[in-house]
Amino acid sequence: MSALRSFGRFWWDFVVGDDWLVAAGIVAALALTKLLTADDVNAWWLLPLAVVLLLAASLRRATRR
Amino acid sequence: MSSTVILFLAVFAASAVEAVEALTIVLAVGVVRGWRSTLVGVGAASLVLAAVVVAFGPALSHIPISTLRLVVGALLLAFGLQWLRKAILRASGYVALHDEAAAFERERDEARSAGRDDAAPMDWYSFTIAFKGVLLEGLEVAFIVVTFGSTQGHLGLAAAAAATAAVLVVVVGLIVRGPLQRVPENALKYAVGVLLTGFGTFWGAEGAGVEWPGSDAAVLGVIGFVALASFGLTWQLRRRRLTLEPSARSA
Repeated sequence: MSALRSFGRFWWDFVVGDDWLVAAGIVAALALTKLLTADDVNAWWLLPLAVVLLLAASLRRATRR
Repeated sequence: MSSTVILFLAVFAASAVEAVEALTIVLAVGVVRGWRSTLVGVGAASLVLAAVVVAFGPALSHIPISTLRLVVGALLLAFGLQWLRKAILRASGYVALHDEAAAFERERDEARSAGRDDAAPMDWYSFTIAFKGVLLEGLEVAFIVVTFGSTQGHLGLAAAAAATAAVLVVVVGLIVRGPLQRVPENALKYAVGVLLTGFGTFWGAEGAGVEWPGSDAAVLGVIGFVALASFGLTWQLRRRRLTLEPSARSA
């Protein structure tokens, strides 16, 4: 069980890293973009904006600790 | 500059950074405990990494391109933002810069203090540390090679960029006979973070159904936007730190 946990922990750290909110934000922004494009809105501006906002929020959290 | 050239540069820089870090670990263990088991560990890890690229690269080409771009975009964004976040924290002084000389000293001290069985044909400590070091540092590069290469249909070029960087770092390491302290590792990490985030944004949005204004050329605009935003955030954080800690001004 501990080997399985270590394996899971490794992949979590590898993909998600220090701030899980960034990973969750990326998924949410991509899902919202997909919803908008399915509704014929060419939301090319959404992801770049979300990326910068997520980065700024993550840096803010990291420097407040 | 075409996106193929940028792809080559991004994979080359990412591979160079990780190769420098792997070289530090391998050198520290090899110098203290001998080279045979260390190099067997390096070879075994390199084989595993090559197998990852060979197994996953062609397999990804069977996935529909929009799904592939969505998944690859999300993964590159996750990696890119991790690199960029760390690079900005280092550039603004909130986190200490990565120091290869200090890392080398640390690894060397640990290698010295670890026990050894002189009668055994294989030094498993050297093997394990070298294997783990090369595998862990190289796994991210393997993912970047596979994702970049398969999304743009240039898996061979991406693998060649990574291999060129690794060989170059090893050759320079052999000439210098020590950890590569002068490689501007933190600046390279910053640049790789910007490129990964830029490509991740471009492909992720395309995979989600977006049509970029200016088509493929838009990737340059996205990379520029990410770079500008990152420089702005670094400047803002540095200024805030200097306001909070005036003593850091002279550092």
